[in-house]
Amino acid sequence: MNLNNSRKILKRVIPFVKFRNVFFLITLAYILAGGILLSTIGLNLGIDFQSGSRVEVSADEPLTEEQVRSDFEEVEGNLEPDDITLGGDNNTIASARFIGELSQEEIAAVQTYFEEEYGSVPNTGTVSPQVGQELAQNAFISVLIASLGLIIYITIRFQFLYGVASIIALLHDAFFIIGFFSLLQVEVNVPFIAAVLTIVGYSINDTIVTFDRIRENMPPAEEIESFEDLAEVVDVSLNQTLTRSINTVLTVVFAAAALFIFGGEGIRSFSLALLVGLVAGTYSSIFLAAQLWVIWNWKKIKRDREKAPAEEEPEP
Amino acid sequence: MVKKSRIVYFFLIIFALAALMIPTSEKIVNGIDLGLDLQGGFEVLYEVEPQEEGQEITDETLQNTVAALTQRVDILGVSEPNITIEGEDRIRVQLAGVEDQQSARELLSTEANLSIRDVDDNERLSGSDIQENSASVNFDDSNNPIVTVSLRDGDQFGEVTENIINEYQPPDNRLVIWLDYEEGDSYEEEATKEDPKFISAPAVDEPLYTQDIQIEGDFSVEEAENIADILNSGSLPVDLEEVYSNSVGASLGEQAMDKTIFATIIGVGLIFLFMLVFYRFTGFIAVLTLSTYIYFVLAVFNFIQGVLTLPGIAALVLGVGMAVDANIITYERIKEEIKYGRSILSAYRSGARRSLGTIIDANVTTLIAAGVLFYFGTSSVQGFALMLIVSILVSFITAVLGTRLLLGLWVNSRIFNKKPKVFGVKERDIHEP
Repeated sequence: MNLNNSRKILKRVIPFVKFRNVFFLITLAYILAGGILLSTIGLNLGIDFQSGSRVEVSADEPLTEEQVRSDFEEVEGNLEPDDITLGGDNNTIASARFIGELSQEEIAAVQTYFEEEYGSVPNTGTVSPQVGQELAQNAFISVLIASLGLIIYITIRFQFLYGVASIIALLHDAFFIIGFFSLLQVEVNVPFIAAVLTIVGYSINDTIVTFDRIRENMPPAEEIESFEDLAEVVDVSLNQTLTRSINTVLTVVFAAAALFIFGGEGIRSFSLALLVGLVAGTYSSIFLAAQLWVIWNWKKIKRDREKAPAEEEPEP
Repeated sequence: MVKKSRIVYFFLIIFALAALMIPTSEKIVNGIDLGLDLQGGFEVLYEVEPQEEGQEITDETLQNTVAALTQRVDILGVSEPNITIEGEDRIRVQLAGVEDQQSARELLSTEANLSIRDVDDNERLSGSDIQENSASVNFDDSNNPIVTVSLRDGDQFGEVTENIINEYQPPDNRLVIWLDYEEGDSYEEEATKEDPKFISAPAVDEPLYTQDIQIEGDFSVEEAENIADILNSGSLPVDLEEVYSNSVGASLGEQAMDKTIFATIIGVGLIFLFMLVFYRFTGFIAVLTLSTYIYFVLAVFNFIQGVLTLPGIAALVLGVGMAVDANIITYERIKEEIKYGRSILSAYRSGARRSLGTIIDANVTTLIAAGVLFYFGTSSVQGFALMLIVSILVSFITAVLGTRLLLGLWVNSRIFNKKPKVFGVKERDIHEP
């Protein structure tokens, strides 16, 4: 087997497959935790998904919550924000949220008031939840359609089992980000959807590179005599691509981290989702997709042999 | 023997690229249309509703509405408005760089349905009785601006005025001129208000057989001009219901823009540094092809007139990551081949060949995902997907073909023979073949 040749240049082979059940337990644990979080506290839905208005005030000097609240009271119509969050450098940006939409007149009054007070027109957004919900639904359906397309492509280029394992890894990554955002209660808006979709793209990319090496190293099924043989193929392949996996995720993490640390407020939750998703994407390729594939493929090999035992007998 | 000519070619290519990229890059960067989140502006999503019962919203009605909206936006003087039909009954209007958002909003959502009614709110003349493009601004005797429109039929106004005189006694012998009369509006109610909804309600003392109607109101010159322009641009064939609106102050947009650019430069800088430290000379080739990648992505994006948004910039950075990945896959493969004890030349050839299939599969799968997003997504998701698609295609050309061309010149010059360090491989890691 050319595996021996491959093993030669690896200093050590980390036996990933041996610990597969540990990984499955960890994965299962946080998937469960994520499910519980989502069904109890859910997501902190932003203005894109909740009916209401948001006014973002920016000032040259640091703002306080009381100050902004009293400012809104000064505005014609005596507005009471349901929530005020401060952000930006030194709290120079205040985001006030109103459940229920402000009327055109109210928005006009707010814009005029704050322009006079702080010298810049505040950002205002109003939305009916219908639009955001449709968008999220639309994104969800798009991912399902994409998954179908990906399974078809991977089945043609690789094999059906590789496709199913990749899609599970992909859905895992998307779910992981959503669960993580539920845990931290970070506001979820439209760019978040774009981030989840990016991770979907990255996840499939990462898994395919790993699977490509497994496929290359796979000897004909007849040469696989035991589960250990199959595990060895996967372990060697994972170790061979490990440097690449780590280096690639590192470079993308550099970019996402720079956006997270230095990018503006508007892009912060987006880049956080990217960061988390990148780590999840690398994790799932090695610890989820490849491990699932080992188990399923071994079952398939066994099943094929039981079906056609005659073929397995060596020629006399 | 070292073939020096290949290295000369390498530098020729680098100089040619630099000569192309350096003078044009500023123009390309400035030529890219920035989205609302970067430039500031105003976005409204309208739901189109039938004006009368039984009116069907067809593709044609939507097209006509968009045409009418486009003409109105021209009044505002927005250079590049973006008006798109979404789904079956939605229209999205994006006006980047609009300063006066209040009046933009009013201008867009008005139906521009001029109607002339009696004091009991019965319609006497409607917008369809007015000649197209006949509205203009004039001044009355005391030099106040007035709006003049012409009727299609000269006798019509005479009949209407005659009827009013016959049916009503002073002070109810009035013609009430409404813009955007809505079911439930009443003259009686509005007349008591300080700022009534109707434009004016002149009294009629004698039948007026004239084709031109003068509309007086306490207009400023600008208001009168706007009303005339709106009337000329045509009324909307439908009702527009505002479903979503978002306005972004330009100052905040600029702040976000500066920060994102700064973050992008830091991120890309870190990637370059990492590649140089980890992959040495080949990392340097990667830096060259990555710079070319960024230039061409922006050039292509400019060429197809894409609108760059914050998520778009993020897609660009992610694209850098994908381009780096193609380089890393190739270099790691070459390193492996060197460790098997192959010569640099044959390690390069087989490494480049073997990594190609992986890169193609990885890129095609991501391309499928991005394509689906572009096809099914809406505005910001779509802009993001478009940037991702451009990134993947350009990264394939620069990071796969470009890297192979540039690195190939050096390797084939044989200058690296027996110098595995150039690729970041230590001598002791190399095994005998």
